[in-house]
Amino acid sequence: MNFKTFFAFVAPSLFMMILFIALPLVSVFIQSFQITQPVMQNIEVETCTPGFLTQTCTTEMKTVPTLDEDGKTITTTEWVGLQSYRNLLQMDKVWAAVSSGNFAEILQIDFWKALRFTLMFTLVTLPLVIIVGLLIALTVNNAAKSVRGPVIFVSLLPFIITPVIGSLSIYWLFVGDGILTAMMERWSGTNISMFAQAWTIELLMYFYRVWHVAPFAFVIFYAGLQTVNMDTLESAVIDGASRWERLRHVVIPHLMPLIIFIALIHLMDCYRVFEEIVGFRSQAHVISLQWLTFDFLTPDDAGNRAIARASASAMLTMIGIVFLLILPLRRTWRDHKGSAH
Amino acid sequence: MSTTSKAMRQSFGLRFSSAAFLVFWCIIAAFPIFWIAVMSIKAPRDAFADNPWDVIVGPATLARGEGLSVLDIAVGLVVLYFAIRWMFTRLPGLIRQYANGPFIILGWLAGAVLYALAFLLVFFVVLPLVLGPLNSVLGPLGEPILGLTTQHYVAVWGENEFYRNFLNSMLVTAGVVTISLTVGTLAGYGLARSGSDLAFWLLILALIFRALPHSVLVAGYLPWFINSAEILRPIFGELSPTLYGQPWAVIAVLVAINQPFTIWMLRSFFQNIPAELDEAARVDGCSHFQAFRRVIMPVMWPGVITTGLFSFLLGYNDFLVTALLLDAQNQTMVPAIAGYFNRETTTTDQVEAVAAAVSITAPLFLLVMVFQRQIVSGLTAGAVKG
Repeated sequence: MNFKTFFAFVAPSLFMMILFIALPLVSVFIQSFQITQPVMQNIEVETCTPGFLTQTCTTEMKTVPTLDEDGKTITTTEWVGLQSYRNLLQMDKVWAAVSSGNFAEILQIDFWKALRFTLMFTLVTLPLVIIVGLLIALTVNNAAKSVRGPVIFVSLLPFIITPVIGSLSIYWLFVGDGILTAMMERWSGTNISMFAQAWTIELLMYFYRVWHVAPFAFVIFYAGLQTVNMDTLESAVIDGASRWERLRHVVIPHLMPLIIFIALIHLMDCYRVFEEIVGFRSQAHVISLQWLTFDFLTPDDAGNRAIARASASAMLTMIGIVFLLILPLRRTWRDHKGSAH
Repeated sequence: MSTTSKAMRQSFGLRFSSAAFLVFWCIIAAFPIFWIAVMSIKAPRDAFADNPWDVIVGPATLARGEGLSVLDIAVGLVVLYFAIRWMFTRLPGLIRQYANGPFIILGWLAGAVLYALAFLLVFFVVLPLVLGPLNSVLGPLGEPILGLTTQHYVAVWGENEFYRNFLNSMLVTAGVVTISLTVGTLAGYGLARSGSDLAFWLLILALIFRALPHSVLVAGYLPWFINSAEILRPIFGELSPTLYGQPWAVIAVLVAINQPFTIWMLRSFFQNIPAELDEAARVDGCSHFQAFRRVIMPVMWPGVITTGLFSFLLGYNDFLVTALLLDAQNQTMVPAIAGYFNRETTTTDQVEAVAAAVSITAPLFLLVMVFQRQIVSGLTAGAVKG
């Protein structure tokens, strides 16, 4: 296939990706150094209340947005350099906390709080997803053929469900008078509220994510288990390898590429953790990086969106993506080079 | 493992714990979804009762005279059994009879919609009409024993006009699926058949794009979309639209966000089709595009359907993009449910939110039922080959 035909086939897709992914990224980069504000003016307002004989009048200065002839607010855009980043990172507070040795104070700042949760979330759920997925795959592979279809059907449900709805369904089990909270209260005899402190919410979020992603890992591992070389397994048996040794030295090495694949996908998806925050309504206790950007983009009570700050937090999130992808991309590049020669 | 050698045979303990774990997992996987379905058909007091048995039986719902009798349950289960059996045995044949080739997707869609409508009609119109008089005749067998009320669904779909959100969701997902498949199959074919470095770099670029959090992109769209009427005025004059709040703008955005994933998946499906096939077509005098359209596409339908399923899920499940780029009038279902959070003050509101959540999940449930095999093949398509 020559270049021209190749380009003709790829062009529509490439156009979409450039217009709606690459250009917005450039735009976000520029926006993060700018700030757009409505032009404010001070006007003197005289308010009069009717009184006996004379009206009582007070004058006060009010700050209101300037309107143009169409009745729209006039806005100005100015370059502020790294101001938005500074507002977000609040490095002065961070240094103060570090020098006083009071590290917990750093986590009072939204950005660091979100970063801490996002990283922790990614690192805790990753091994859990792989282990639970592998366990399900091994047990399904072990089960009778007739039950495999229904088990796969049931297992796909948590994966396919809308993430917001999935986290809501778990939220309703544990909320105030939810059924599982009531059960735990009956067992422990104490009053439990799962959504009043950060650590219980986080536990539920880990649980939700493993519940949601383990089926994906399961299906892939299950497909991989079908291609395990039976001859190798049998010779391992003849050599006297126990079941555990066979799993460790034959099955898991065979599944290794799949484990790496799942880990990569999981890292990318976990880094974007967002729907849990919405479903669990945990913004007062636990927030993530993507939620932080979302929150800046949501209009506040006055209808203003903090675009500049959202852009800055988006750019900082991007830096994390770069770190996340460096290793896998280097690997892919080496593989590509290797296959070319 | 048809012939298990003696050495491979497992001890009873191992088989037992393996089966126990499987049962445990199935319960965990299904329980939250099952439970919200149960909650959504109970009176508010039952739905949030302390005792699980109260939630299942629903004494407060029964006290209002709404419930199912033994007869209802028996007849309902029998009809349900035959309905499901019919769906798996006869429906596929019927659909294949009326639709073939490229129309098979439309056929399946129409079949699924008609089936869902007939299902609702039988269970909520025909059966109550028939069983109502029978229950009053039968005495003790006709007494309601299991609480069931549809009031929350009526409230959600009727008073709260959830059907508007449903239609918006359908519009957005239909747009996303058709456009991203059209654009994606072309690109996927091109990438699968070209071994050049450029193709490799495009795929890597797509991988990087796939990792981007969606809020990063939305931060890029928002200022432009809100002010697009003024920005586009020099080009389109007075007709220039405000992109913010337009479903088709959201469709375009979701298609673009979905492209990286789509082209990776379709490329791996195209690579499964031997290149000799299009070479043969080329020898017979087809251009590349003709070979693609007449020779490759007819054998590519399973891959396209599978990728379409995942595009559907992306459009249907999206919260972030639709919540930020659409306004209240044309909101889709998933962000619309967030509207319940703000009002969720009474228990009735909460159960209505549960009913809305179940309404959103039901189509997905049907989807897994019908397309289980395609979903599994789609999940493994990218992975097993690396």
